[in-house]
Amino acid sequence: MKNVLEIVWLIPLLPFLGFLINGLARKILSKPLVSIIGCGVVLASFALSIWVFLQVKSGNTHTANYFDFISVQSLHIPFAFQIDQLSVIFLLIITGVGFLIHVYSTSYMHEESSEHFGRYFSYLNLFIFFMLLLVMGANYVIMFIGWEGVGLCSYLLIGYWFRNTEYNKAANKAFVMNRIGDLGFLIAIFWIISKIGNANFSDVFSDTARFTPGEITTITLLLFVGATGKSAQIPLYTWLPDAMAGPTPVSALIHAATMVTAGVYMVARSNALYSLSELSQNVVAIVGLATAILAATIALKQNDIKKVLAYSTVSQLGYMFLALGVGAYSTGVFHVMTHAFFKALLFLAAGSVIHALGGEQDIRKMGGLNKLKITSSTFLIGCIAISGVPPFSGFFSKDAILLAAFEHNKILYAIALFGAMLTAYYMFRLFVIALSGNFRGAEEQKEHMHDSPAPMTIVLVILAILSVIGGAVGIPGVFMKGGDKFSAFLSPIIPAKTGEAVSSSTELSLMALSTVLVLVAIGLAWFRFRRYSFPASKGIGKFFENKWYVDELYDAIIVRPLDKLGEILNEALEKSGIDALVNGVGKAVQYGGRQLRWLQSGQVGSYVLLMVVSMVLFFVLQFFLKK
Amino acid sequence: MPINYYIFLSIALFVIGIVGVLTRRNAIIIFMCIELMLNAVNLMLVAFSKMHHLAKGATDATAGIDGQLFVFFIMVVAAAEVSVGLAIIVMMYRNIHSVDVNFLNRLKH
Repeated sequence: MKNVLEIVWLIPLLPFLGFLINGLARKILSKPLVSIIGCGVVLASFALSIWVFLQVKSGNTHTANYFDFISVQSLHIPFAFQIDQLSVIFLLIITGVGFLIHVYSTSYMHEESSEHFGRYFSYLNLFIFFMLLLVMGANYVIMFIGWEGVGLCSYLLIGYWFRNTEYNKAANKAFVMNRIGDLGFLIAIFWIISKIGNANFSDVFSDTARFTPGEITTITLLLFVGATGKSAQIPLYTWLPDAMAGPTPVSALIHAATMVTAGVYMVARSNALYSLSELSQNVVAIVGLATAILAATIALKQNDIKKVLAYSTVSQLGYMFLALGVGAYSTGVFHVMTHAFFKALLFLAAGSVIHALGGEQDIRKMGGLNKLKITSSTFLIGCIAISGVPPFSGFFSKDAILLAAFEHNKILYAIALFGAMLTAYYMFRLFVIALSGNFRGAEEQKEHMHDSPAPMTIVLVILAILSVIGGAVGIPGVFMKGGDKFSAFLSPIIPAKTGEAVSSSTELSLMALSTVLVLVAIGLAWFRFRRYSFPASKGIGKFFENKWYVDELYDAIIVRPLDKLGEILNEALEKSGIDALVNGVGKAVQYGGRQLRWLQSGQVGSYVLLMVVSMVLFFVLQFFLKK
Repeated sequence: MPINYYIFLSIALFVIGIVGVLTRRNAIIIFMCIELMLNAVNLMLVAFSKMHHLAKGATDATAGIDGQLFVFFIMVVAAAEVSVGLAIIVMMYRNIHSVDVNFLNRLKH
């Protein structure tokens, strides 16, 4: 009998159908119909995902082979879906949070014309389709299809308002940065295929002995290059803040909750490889931590509400990679989940604020938004959750990461703890400046200020509830025996960490320390920014405000030299090389023609002479030269 | 008579013909020079044919006969050519009152 999970192809197919219907019929369908189709297909996928989750929970995992995607001589890449504990968690996050954001979008985007409304929802559905492909694929090739697809959708959605040149540039930047990372990923896939003969996860991870240690390090580092592109890590993170050009729900869905965690998923999926290379693990951990701190310092000084959240996302992604790097893969995935809840919440609440203020994104012109009761209270919940105050979800995941870092290396722990303080500080800076105090915008905005319509607020409330209780699946063992259901669920995919654990008294005191420090940071932010007059920053503040001048640095060391090189090649190689060659041929022919024209004199005598001379020449050749 | 005499005479005739074609401008003289060249060739063919026949005639009665045949062909062609060529020259004289071939370079314009 066939496994019941053979039917999982429906999960990605439904959003794809939604994409086709909404995309092709966007000029005919009315907005409510588009909304119903767009949300409905994702809801159906979500329902199926829950069913699949229950199947997996009762122990039924399955790899469904459908057909040969590539079949060349001995190389066979099947189009196969792998349903196991890891992919099902991502299925739930993608379809669940994705559905909520679809619902939110129906209200947030209602001012768009009907045609663009349909376009928006078709892109969103296409994104969900590719994201599902990414996490369901049973080999690296299928994963790569989804990987490229979400990159494409990200491009389309960042440039959704395509009439704005700046937005198009941001979309291009995101695409190009991602392509750089994808190259690393692609090389790693080729390498794996050349060694193993196929790219199936089951074959690769069970046959690691066929790689030499050096190869494993190289392959994992190449995979990580791919992850730095997609998941916005140093050095390829600069696209993510610019990606905020897209509509806010898009930022919530793609650039906070799902797509950017693809890199985390990929590394967690490849944990069997990463565990074999200490060097790669260290690189992942250090890059993650460096990104976390760098982005946090930048977030301290940003004045655009979405930019703060964007840098905060980069920073949190850094934490996830730190967790992966120190070998706590399930903790990293746990943070993906809680982060999906509270960061989606924060983005959507920010969207609600922007919506209420008629498109204002500068936090210096906000403040005093208590009138927006649901928005401001859910935003506060999101801030508390991301800061890691117990018992909100962020506390459990972030503390698990800190603990894992502590077990690995004390220095990493200290820096990560400092980063956690920064997180709390900049989030409450944002909250205090943007939402509390007095309103600093125009009078007109104040009059029109209103809380968002029901679809938006309901979504906010649901996400707020998830942000509060989402950590309950990963309660550390020190509080409740067997409380860490999350790691236990993932244990078939991600083997539990071996090695001595810290004693429970150390663990408790670490938790207390981080909680106290976070509360101190919150208090500091509260007092500092309660009555803040926004002086121009100077010194190191200016450095942070200008994002460490990384964009300028890239511009100076990569973009401009390349431009210059192109210019030089254009001058030297193109104009005086290739062009000269082509023009030279033409000129030589013209010159030759001009010279030969004198032969065609029209004097019959000269023709005859020529004939005689050449005949004599042939005779001479024939008799004297040919031997 | 040795074959050499025929060959030298034939070459002399042929070269006279060539030089005549190259240097003279009168169309009729050019025409006569062409005839001269054709007859140089005829002489050559006949001479070799005779030589061939003397060498092989004892065993093969028809040896060298093809040389003679070609001469007749050439004579026929030359006669036809003369009639056409002279007709052209006559027409040319009627039109431009000259038989100078250098006038004809106007054809190229």
